[in-house]
Amino acid sequence: MKTYETVIGLEVHVELATKTKIFCGCSTEFGGKPNTHCCPVCTGMPGVLPVLNKKVVEYAMAAGLALNCDITRKCKFDRKNYFYPDLPKAYQTSQLYLPICRNGHVDIEVNGVKKAIGIHEIHMEEDAGKLVHDDWDDCTLIDYNRCGVPLIEIVSEPDMRSADEVIAYLTKLRTTLQYLGVSDCKMQEGSLRADVNLSVREVGAPEFGTRTEMKNLNSFKSIARAIEGERKRQIEQIEYGKSIIQETRRWDDNKDSSFAMRSKEDAQDYRYFPEPDLVPIEISEEWIKEIKSKEPELREAKMLRYETEYDIPEYDASIITETKAIADLFEATVAIIKKPKEVSNWLMVETMRLLKEHEMDAEDIKFSPENLAKLIGLMDADAINRTVAKKVFEVIFSEDIDPEQYVEEKGLRMVNDEDALRKTIEEIVSQNSQSVEDYKAGKKKAMGFLVGQTMKAMQGKANPGMINQILTGILESL
Amino acid sequence: MDLTTLTALELSTLIKSGQVTVMEATKQTLEKIKEREQSYNCFVTVVEEEALSQAEEVQKRIDAGELADSPLAGVPMAIKDNICTKGIKTSCSSKILGDFKPPYSAEVVERLEKAGAVIIGKLNMDEFAMGSTTETSFYGATLNPWNVEHVPGGSSGGAAAAVAAEEAYYTLGSDTGGSIRQPSSFCGVTGIKPTYGTVSRYGLIAYASSLDQIGPIARNVSDCVAALEVISGYDAKDSTSVKNEEYRYTEALVDDVKGMRVGIPKGYLGEGLDEEVKQGILKVAEELRKKGAIVEECELEGIDHAIPAYYVIASAEASSNLSRYDGVKYGYRTENFEGLQDVYKNTRDEGFGNEVKRRMMIGAFVLSSGYYDAYYNKALRVKAVIKHAFDKVFEKYDVILGPTAPTTALKIGENLDDPLKMYLGDIYTVSVNLAGLPAISIPCGVDSKGLPIGAQFIGRAFGEKDIIRAAYSYEQTHEYVRPTL
Repeated sequence: MKTYETVIGLEVHVELATKTKIFCGCSTEFGGKPNTHCCPVCTGMPGVLPVLNKKVVEYAMAAGLALNCDITRKCKFDRKNYFYPDLPKAYQTSQLYLPICRNGHVDIEVNGVKKAIGIHEIHMEEDAGKLVHDDWDDCTLIDYNRCGVPLIEIVSEPDMRSADEVIAYLTKLRTTLQYLGVSDCKMQEGSLRADVNLSVREVGAPEFGTRTEMKNLNSFKSIARAIEGERKRQIEQIEYGKSIIQETRRWDDNKDSSFAMRSKEDAQDYRYFPEPDLVPIEISEEWIKEIKSKEPELREAKMLRYETEYDIPEYDASIITETKAIADLFEATVAIIKKPKEVSNWLMVETMRLLKEHEMDAEDIKFSPENLAKLIGLMDADAINRTVAKKVFEVIFSEDIDPEQYVEEKGLRMVNDEDALRKTIEEIVSQNSQSVEDYKAGKKKAMGFLVGQTMKAMQGKANPGMINQILTGILESL
Repeated sequence: MDLTTLTALELSTLIKSGQVTVMEATKQTLEKIKEREQSYNCFVTVVEEEALSQAEEVQKRIDAGELADSPLAGVPMAIKDNICTKGIKTSCSSKILGDFKPPYSAEVVERLEKAGAVIIGKLNMDEFAMGSTTETSFYGATLNPWNVEHVPGGSSGGAAAAVAAEEAYYTLGSDTGGSIRQPSSFCGVTGIKPTYGTVSRYGLIAYASSLDQIGPIARNVSDCVAALEVISGYDAKDSTSVKNEEYRYTEALVDDVKGMRVGIPKGYLGEGLDEEVKQGILKVAEELRKKGAIVEECELEGIDHAIPAYYVIASAEASSNLSRYDGVKYGYRTENFEGLQDVYKNTRDEGFGNEVKRRMMIGAFVLSSGYYDAYYNKALRVKAVIKHAFDKVFEKYDVILGPTAPTTALKIGENLDDPLKMYLGDIYTVSVNLAGLPAISIPCGVDSKGLPIGAQFIGRAFGEKDIIRAAYSYEQTHEYVRPTL
């Protein structure tokens, strides 16, 4: 078989975190009863006119500047015409001819290799509504709440060559946009959606192969799987002497395969033309400077600062800065209790584990830095041991309780009473003569068993250092 | 006393002085409508109940001294049926909107209500404002009060005819390519198409967004200007609305054109123009000269392509603007469908009339991939050329004088089967919309068939005061001529 190269470009739609919609004053909040975040403007009633939300332009500019784009000084909107029930005006107000940002790039690193992925353009547009198919009544209903929620579409150059590069690109994009505060980028809620354009060609071929566009990718995992699946499918087609059809395909995560939605021949003519209801947007040098000056510290800068300012390992810094939510939590906690490495450990290990377990995003974290700081303080003061701390943390994670109060209420304070502990250990030693013999015979493992039995008898609240000390003393004296 | 023959400002004076109540005036107008609608069919909807309760409300506000600064308070008026009125059917004279009752009112309606207007109904028009005869209305043609064998013009035919037939003191129309001025000309009344951006389009159901503008129609210049003052002004809800312009147009109601420079473009009095209309325009020129204006022939180049450019741009925008009428959300929906494509196809096939379909198809074609540059883009360039040509004229002249339409009112059915001929009738009006300029049509005599002739003054952008002064000064030279009703 010949050797193939995969060529991938992405179209990423990102919902902007503005409070109101792009052309009216309706709320952009996710959820809400159907058709409650709507008005005549976003439902396209006859006679209504759009008024551009300035914040949308500023967010798009912020994204463009952070992604190293040129800002179009005089940009404008165009109408993209097509019929679909979720689009009440029968056109989407978007940008074709003069998008707000062009010619940017994102730097990624995969397996130690650095690479720049080009950004072709970023344009602003409005989201459509949602069709809800009611199987029970066999009908389709329309929810216009999402109609008019502002989006930016970030179109990359076909610069990626593997799923790993795609994931690295998307991760970078997501963290950057989150750090900027322009979007929460929650894939499950649809605030970040990626379409994958993919083609394959023989290594060294001068031209790109025919590409397909893959839609309905709801997680990074499904994106990686879809890329692998489509790459294989295309290579198979070519190997069998068939040609690739330029088409849009829909990924089915359950079936782990894709199927064709429409081919290029069926592609609609969107009859784009300049939106006459909006005036061109003039972007001044001052405005660009103002937006640039408001740019928050982005991830790379933060990582470097964490390593130097807090003296934590690069690995730690990279993990806790992956989402702005965790980084913010880290800084807030460290500000209270000056133990950066300890704070970082709780965030990297236990927090990440629980997020995964509950299938939550970092943005959904509810606990306060105060309570995490108190927990670390309790351990520090030998008030609780690590095992108890982990259990308490789980409660903090889900209910944001005050650990000091909780430890008192539940009687979880570590027992530091040496006499009581010695008594318990003596009992354990006398009940486990076999283990004592093993220990004497040089099987040091037996020691662990005896520690465990003691801890169990103490309901987990004993000071493990103290157990070790007393137990060793007793065993050695026998 | 028959109040309906008065002008809006005359009635308002009687109301303000307590000689007449708003209720009396409203009732008389409603009676007039009942009496005359069978003959002319100016209205799609008459809202008798709402009008009477509005009359009561306005009277209270007048009595409380709230409306002292509103010269049109208490005067019954009506609105073209493409301007949204909350809770009142707004049909664009199309089947496809069915009994659509907008959930909101247009900005102009809110301004009128604030100023104490009594809205008595919604006026007939060409379907979606596409046409110049009001014959394409789903609700039947409106007939010309001067002679019912003739059309009232269009698309604001109902708005012009209602004023001529004394069924309303003044009305609001909309003008995309001449739709206020041409019917005003055909019905012997006065109509103003303001500079693009002067009046908010919020709530005006779009035909061609970059050309549409709402404006008043009335029996004389003063009434028109009073209404224009109420509806003009910046509106944040319309992004194309213009800020910080001067809207005190009544200041321009001065009988003085001494030294005013009036240009008559050479092409305007040439081929295709009815001889009697030409004589009417020359008479206006002569009257202005007598009053000290400098009236000359002038060059206005590049307007030969105005009609094709207009129909390309207007149709393109219309094809997009009218796509939302799909049977999904409001208005008419076909009963004959299996699946979504059928809903779209059959609803639109059954709901739209032929002229609307023709323009949507032209529009979809000129925007389609591969043709965009050859048609739409080229038309935009023509638009820029025309704007430039007008700018050049206005370097030397204050206003342009010419006919509003090449003929007086056509006979019913005369042009309906020949769209090209109908489009050519827009020769004097469309270029004004392409250039975004203000223009006024005023009556200037009657032809040998007894039909009124209209003269048009065109001004520079935001030069409403110039055209108002010219029109008002000419108006003072003769009495208002009414049709025999």
